[in-house]
Amino acid sequence: MINASLKDLATALGAKQISSVELTQLFLDRIDRLNPEINAYVTLDADRSLAQAAAADALIAQGRFGPLTGIPFAQKDIFCAKGWRTTCGSKMLENFIAPYDAHIISQFDAAGAVNLGKTNMDEFAMGSSNETSYFGKVQNPWDRTRVPGGSSGGSAAAVAARLAPAATGTDTGGSIRQPASLCGLSGLKPTYGVCSRYGMIAFASSLDQAGPMAKSAEDLALMLNVMAGFDSRDSTSLQREKEDYTRDLNKPLAGLRIGLPREYFAEGLNAGVAKVVMDAIDQYRKLGAETVDISLPNTQLSIPVYYVLAPAEASSNLSRYDGVRYGHRAAEYTDLLDMYSKSRAEGFGAEVKRRILIGTYVLSAGYYDAYYLKAQQLRRLIAQDFTEAFKQCDVIMGPAAPGTAFKTGEKTDDPVAMYLEDLYTIAVNLAGLPGMSVPAGFADGLPVGLQIIGNYFSEARMLNVGHQYQQVTDWHTRMPEGI
Amino acid sequence: MSLTTDDVKRIAHLARIEVTEDDAQATLSKLSGILGLIEQMQAVDTTGIAPMSHSQDVSQRLRDDVVTETNQRELFQSIAPAVENGLYLVPKVIE
Amino acid sequence: MQWEVVIGLETHTQLQTKTKIFSGASTAFGAEPNTQADAVSIALPGVLPVLNREAVQCAIRFGLAIDAEIGRHSVFARKNYFYPDLPKGYQISQFELPVVGKGKITIQVPATGSGQAYEKTINITRAHLEEDAGKSLHGDFHGATGIDLNRAGTPLLEIVTEPDMRSAAEAVAYAKKLHELVQWIGICDGNMQEGSFRCDVNVSVRPKGSDKLGTRREIKNLNSFKFMQQAIEYETRWQIETLEDGGTIQQATVLFNPDTGETRSMRSKEEANDYRYFPDPDLLPLVILEADIEAVRATLPELPEAMKARFEAAYGLPAYDATAITASRGIADYFVTAVNAGAEAKPTANWVMGSVAAKLNEEGKDIDASPVSPLQLAGLLKRIADNTISGKMAKEVFEAMWAGEGDADAIIEQRGLKQVSDSGAIEAIVDEVLAANAAMVEEYKAGKEKAFNGLVGQCMKASKGKANPAQVNEVLKKKLAG
Repeated sequence: MINASLKDLATALGAKQISSVELTQLFLDRIDRLNPEINAYVTLDADRSLAQAAAADALIAQGRFGPLTGIPFAQKDIFCAKGWRTTCGSKMLENFIAPYDAHIISQFDAAGAVNLGKTNMDEFAMGSSNETSYFGKVQNPWDRTRVPGGSSGGSAAAVAARLAPAATGTDTGGSIRQPASLCGLSGLKPTYGVCSRYGMIAFASSLDQAGPMAKSAEDLALMLNVMAGFDSRDSTSLQREKEDYTRDLNKPLAGLRIGLPREYFAEGLNAGVAKVVMDAIDQYRKLGAETVDISLPNTQLSIPVYYVLAPAEASSNLSRYDGVRYGHRAAEYTDLLDMYSKSRAEGFGAEVKRRILIGTYVLSAGYYDAYYLKAQQLRRLIAQDFTEAFKQCDVIMGPAAPGTAFKTGEKTDDPVAMYLEDLYTIAVNLAGLPGMSVPAGFADGLPVGLQIIGNYFSEARMLNVGHQYQQVTDWHTRMPEGI
Repeated sequence: MSLTTDDVKRIAHLARIEVTEDDAQATLSKLSGILGLIEQMQAVDTTGIAPMSHSQDVSQRLRDDVVTETNQRELFQSIAPAVENGLYLVPKVIE
Repeated sequence: MQWEVVIGLETHTQLQTKTKIFSGASTAFGAEPNTQADAVSIALPGVLPVLNREAVQCAIRFGLAIDAEIGRHSVFARKNYFYPDLPKGYQISQFELPVVGKGKITIQVPATGSGQAYEKTINITRAHLEEDAGKSLHGDFHGATGIDLNRAGTPLLEIVTEPDMRSAAEAVAYAKKLHELVQWIGICDGNMQEGSFRCDVNVSVRPKGSDKLGTRREIKNLNSFKFMQQAIEYETRWQIETLEDGGTIQQATVLFNPDTGETRSMRSKEEANDYRYFPDPDLLPLVILEADIEAVRATLPELPEAMKARFEAAYGLPAYDATAITASRGIADYFVTAVNAGAEAKPTANWVMGSVAAKLNEEGKDIDASPVSPLQLAGLLKRIADNTISGKMAKEVFEAMWAGEGDADAIIEQRGLKQVSDSGAIEAIVDEVLAANAAMVEEYKAGKEKAFNGLVGQCMKASKGKANPAQVNEVLKKKLAG
């Protein structure tokens, strides 16, 4: 059961082989046992989860259920869930009980799914290792001395350790794809605007997107069917015809053109990872695909551009955390200015503070043109690289991360070293394109993910590409030892 | 583009985050590293390129002028640090 | 040294929408604190803004009314600063690309002791949409300030002028004209007590003849025309005195104290703010099409200038009357309704500017609250025109109508106020009066013209005011002559 796909779970629930309450309890028991070490979950509420499960069971009994009804999901603690503590990995929101549901949460509720608990994450989604969380670091289930990746590290660890069948994540610069790669999971960041951001605590508004993290491409498709869709409360949410993301899973891949950017296979890429990725691409050739050498010339620039735009937007988005209406307020202060300054100094961790300061700086008088405006111009060049590339290929492939899971503490002293983790993923967010990672093998015993980048709104095709690979390989079925 | 601790303190004040004298120095070195990274942008000529804010060429959708929100003061203020008579309390603001 | 004062105004008008600019919370005035502060208004984590269509329509209406460029592609920007009544820590406003561009407003500056009335064109630099902040209450909260976010998110149109004004009188004339205009086109209720219309005035001085601008100080949040006049005059004198004493003017934000009549620099705003404007990534560019503008243009009422010109042409009203009748939409509508019901234009204008205005002023009422409807007024005026009653009698009837006693006809009937116009009856009255006032007759015949009026007066008295005065005059003259 703990290894079952969403499809199999739905079948089992429908056939009454197991009830939602039993299934939920199963995972809660595992969480009880394993979470104290792995620390994937920040907040649990067994009573609530089981109550939802019971309600799901009632629906199933009446024959009223969909593909996700009764299935428990781990929710990244960035989504406001009414009545649930929602921390965003921060002391600032340590005691924040969300008074409303994010659109994503409502979608899961409407689908009859169960909220299994809130997962750990890098504070305010800023990080690539889940080491900036106020609630402690998360262990990579494949090697407890290593990081799971970030910022959706808790969600990734939860699924990898089979503490949930699947989970939600968010991706601003790679925060779904990189942890998916480091934990041997499938993860998808959809085209910007496909999932509503309402209720998803903002980090960098023009880059943030919610997405599914699961054990297979098929599971991702089933989840995306529930997560995607227009929401009138989000101005950046796109109004499009409803899609069934499972519709193309079984299409043959013959004739698929795969672009391989030379910049993704240059220096900085771990040799073991490179080999796994090349082998995966060979596998695609066997499936009938052909490869095309392409160039994304502005790849290297994507890091400075991202580290101007994301902190700039974040510095503004995080101004609301001032201790006035909710969140952490300092216990002692002399006046208003002191209250603001102390509350924010105490409530935010070091990485968040750094990014707020950078963001404030690049927006400040005299610097806007040289930094923010310049970055927005380069952003267009980066997006144009992809537009050009997609004239020659249908999807782009490469590594999701430059290496495998690194040791805890290895990169925490040097922010820039940490930022380079995002080299292959960031440009995708800047361009607003969909990106996916699927398990492709191991290097030094640690998982390696293959990144698949598609053109705008090509998620169904990408999921097909991932699914077909998963029909002829079994990397995605592997589980860490001792789990 | 070299920063000083005075710059750090000025930016910290703009961001309303207290940075002590000790912090300022440590923060400065970390920030300088990041700013060094950002400088790479200057190598590229972007004359004439329109800045990109959104990937899709869509315009702002408009909302009908109809009341949809109800009074949830009790719920919203149940999580507030300090309220009195329905007002959020903050240290006295001097104009 | 001759000095010249240079004044520009920034006016924040609250738009008359039912809901806030970026959320569906109500904007109704007077609600209990924070009962109209929804998730978006209090900036909970994760909330997002969505733009109110009606706010955009209001902006377009204003742009059309001042003949301005309407921005086909405008952008919302974040103005970042920290203040407890600003929940997000930034205000969503517009910076580089506002929704309304350059326009014009023509003002009438009233005559003063030293000069005649004159007309002047004030150039509008721009008008943009933004959200209002909440309110800080500095009552007794044991050393704390209370924050009410009901107002946070109310749509504002900020209207900015070029520094075109050269006196407090011009500034006030502009403010009053703008105040009337925004009400006329139905975008703002103009209620200054409730904060619907707030002016910030930028004042600087320079030697007459100089074309360089002096350093300006901004007088914030003036919500009465009287205070605006006083504040500008004080500030002007203060700046001139400071400069003449050898001092310099520092850029500052100042508040006007109505009790002392002085302006004072605000402590907290002395440091220049770095607002770090950048386009709000949560909102997309506002695109306004030609068709959108035409749709709004079709709903725009006839503007005051056009209406005034039309009244002069169509009704033959003199300019003074036309201006008074088009001072507000309410007055203009009242006038038109009365005229359409059959009253003549000039008498209607006279009565509206005269008796109606006087009673409204006395009772502090708006014309919408007039107990005498325009149809009723028309009824009264028709009875004067057809000689049923005299002009003098009409005033009595009007008072009765105002007191709610009914229509003109009913009152005339009830009180028996029909003018006596029957020649036989008039002759009889005149004969009676002549007989009873022999001394006055003698005086008149001796050359005293005033005696004639006395005799007319006696006739009016004898007829209890009902005799047709013109006829009395005529008959009396005839009888005295013959």
